[in-house]
Amino acid sequence: MARPTEVEIGEQKAPVILPGQTFASITDKIASIVLRRPITNGWLFGFAICFLILQWFLLAVCWLFYKGVGVWGVNIPIGWGFAIVNFVWWIGIGHAGTLISAILLLLRQSWRNSINRFAEAMTLFAVACAGMFPLLHLGRPWLFYWLFPYSNTMTYWPQFRSPLVWDVFAVSTYFTISLLFWFIGLLPDLATLRDRSENRIAKIIYGMLAMGWRGSARHWARYETAYLLLAGLATPLVLSVHTVVSFDFAIGVVPGWHTAIFPPYFVAGAIYSGFAMVLMLAIPIRKIYGLEDFITERHLNNSAMVMLATGLIVAYGYGIEAFMNWYSGNRYDAFLLWNRLHGPYSFFYYMLLFCNIGLPQLLWIKRLRTNPVWLFFVSFDILVGMWLERFIIVVVSLHRDFLNSSWGMYYPTRWDWMTYVGTIGMFLAAMFLFLRILPMISIYEMRILLPEAEVEAE
Amino acid sequence: MKRQRIYGLMAEFDSPTTLVAAAHKTHATGYRKIDAYSPIPIEELAEAIGFHHNGVPLVVLVGGILGCVSGYAMQWWIHTVSYPLNIGGRPLNSWPAFIVVTFEMTILFAGIAAVFGMLALNGLPMPYHPVFNVPRFAFASKDRFFLIIFSSDPMYSSTETRAFLESLEPRSISEVPG
Repeated sequence: MARPTEVEIGEQKAPVILPGQTFASITDKIASIVLRRPITNGWLFGFAICFLILQWFLLAVCWLFYKGVGVWGVNIPIGWGFAIVNFVWWIGIGHAGTLISAILLLLRQSWRNSINRFAEAMTLFAVACAGMFPLLHLGRPWLFYWLFPYSNTMTYWPQFRSPLVWDVFAVSTYFTISLLFWFIGLLPDLATLRDRSENRIAKIIYGMLAMGWRGSARHWARYETAYLLLAGLATPLVLSVHTVVSFDFAIGVVPGWHTAIFPPYFVAGAIYSGFAMVLMLAIPIRKIYGLEDFITERHLNNSAMVMLATGLIVAYGYGIEAFMNWYSGNRYDAFLLWNRLHGPYSFFYYMLLFCNIGLPQLLWIKRLRTNPVWLFFVSFDILVGMWLERFIIVVVSLHRDFLNSSWGMYYPTRWDWMTYVGTIGMFLAAMFLFLRILPMISIYEMRILLPEAEVEAE
Repeated sequence: MKRQRIYGLMAEFDSPTTLVAAAHKTHATGYRKIDAYSPIPIEELAEAIGFHHNGVPLVVLVGGILGCVSGYAMQWWIHTVSYPLNIGGRPLNSWPAFIVVTFEMTILFAGIAAVFGMLALNGLPMPYHPVFNVPRFAFASKDRFFLIIFSSDPMYSSTETRAFLESLEPRSISEVPG
């Protein structure tokens, strides 16, 4: 487990956890948000709005089931409209959670301990939202299980040479492992809630979920090994997921898709947008729930630096893409670049360059990296930019490919928008519930950050 | 009325340091059926009570190998035996295309083995356990550290063991009814 070697270093940098906290105060502070804090009007109002937006999603899905995929704006040549744009956007957002919980654990970045829990929750909800789109896009979503290899009366099997089948395995494995990782991380905290709760029903529910965790030294030893191994497994997994998502494009022959730069720059873009979402959630949460002691300026600063670094990798990806379009000497590739810069969707390409490369350069300024309001704004900008990136990749490549007789335009319909906005409602509604039901910060991992958690040599 | 069985004697400490020191002494004195409880993972503690190796890595390795082999075997069997499709005369066992799913299956099986293996080796879920009968044990998930000597230990005696635990200067000592 990441031991807090940085607590002493913390005097030069902003500390990971502000001084004056003890085992008891950390436990009480985080557990009381779930157990004692009354439901406020603010929470009710926020949840109600998000729940209402979720109902739009329900409406859009009902209409889709009734009429068919034709209610969306997708048609040949653009068979992959919002459905794939939003799928990739949501999956990418999920990646930051696993990066924080697994990769930063292996790298012994103990500052992650205060943000990993809700970042993992974010991953789960984002992947659930992402999963909606390919499922709904199937046309007959009730037959989704045909995607999995199972012995059936049609004597048919999935085609394992297709990236779309790889994607099914990658995304479902990712969701399963993220869920297990999250649950295992919660286990000791559920035991804490079980022991602290005064409400009998809550006690029983938390007790069942905690599975009788009692903090035995033998249990902790196995737990720590399992947690570390799981982090080691999740690390290549998270890198593989967006790589496989990028294969959906890169294995194809469409200009703008068939490039070797796709996997790394997709992964960087995923982490870029994921950290933006983490900050957009963390900034209001720490303010509203008074958690500035646990989510400090250090966290904002570090997250902003991760965004800056991954943003530059993404910018490099754009540069290489444009360069290869010219250098390859392929007329279709060259046309793609021209079409991005001067075609009917050029406005969105320039917007994308501004949102993803231009504005985030403000993060070089340290004062802005620790200013929550600015950071919130830049994060929002990055999320918009990364959504535009996927839009450009999917739509601009497809709408004008090799034959100009088969060119076309893509216009999303109101049902496209309702489905997209609806999943944002679903994501936020789930997030609201999570904040009130489970500890949003890992209690036991915060205790480890205290100096008294160290065993002093005799 | 039946006489109540005693499960063990439990001592309560304030900090990881005192608990680890106490666990060392207990193990050195010769007690073997002991356990310690803490709200945080303490690496030195498992060592102190004489627990050196856990089986989790082996379970994960077996899970990973199983996932890897079955993942590849499934694709091989489907595409060469059960449902061969000749696409432009390319080999049926087109292994480069099978790597992604093999990899995902490896991770999936290893991850599931890590979680359920850990729970199984720990004997969880176990909602009821005698240590929960001690009211003060609720603090084991907050800020207190506990050491227990089970009554099944051959050296256990209700008076001597209590005297020994008192010599460790704990905050409190409780009898754990079984």
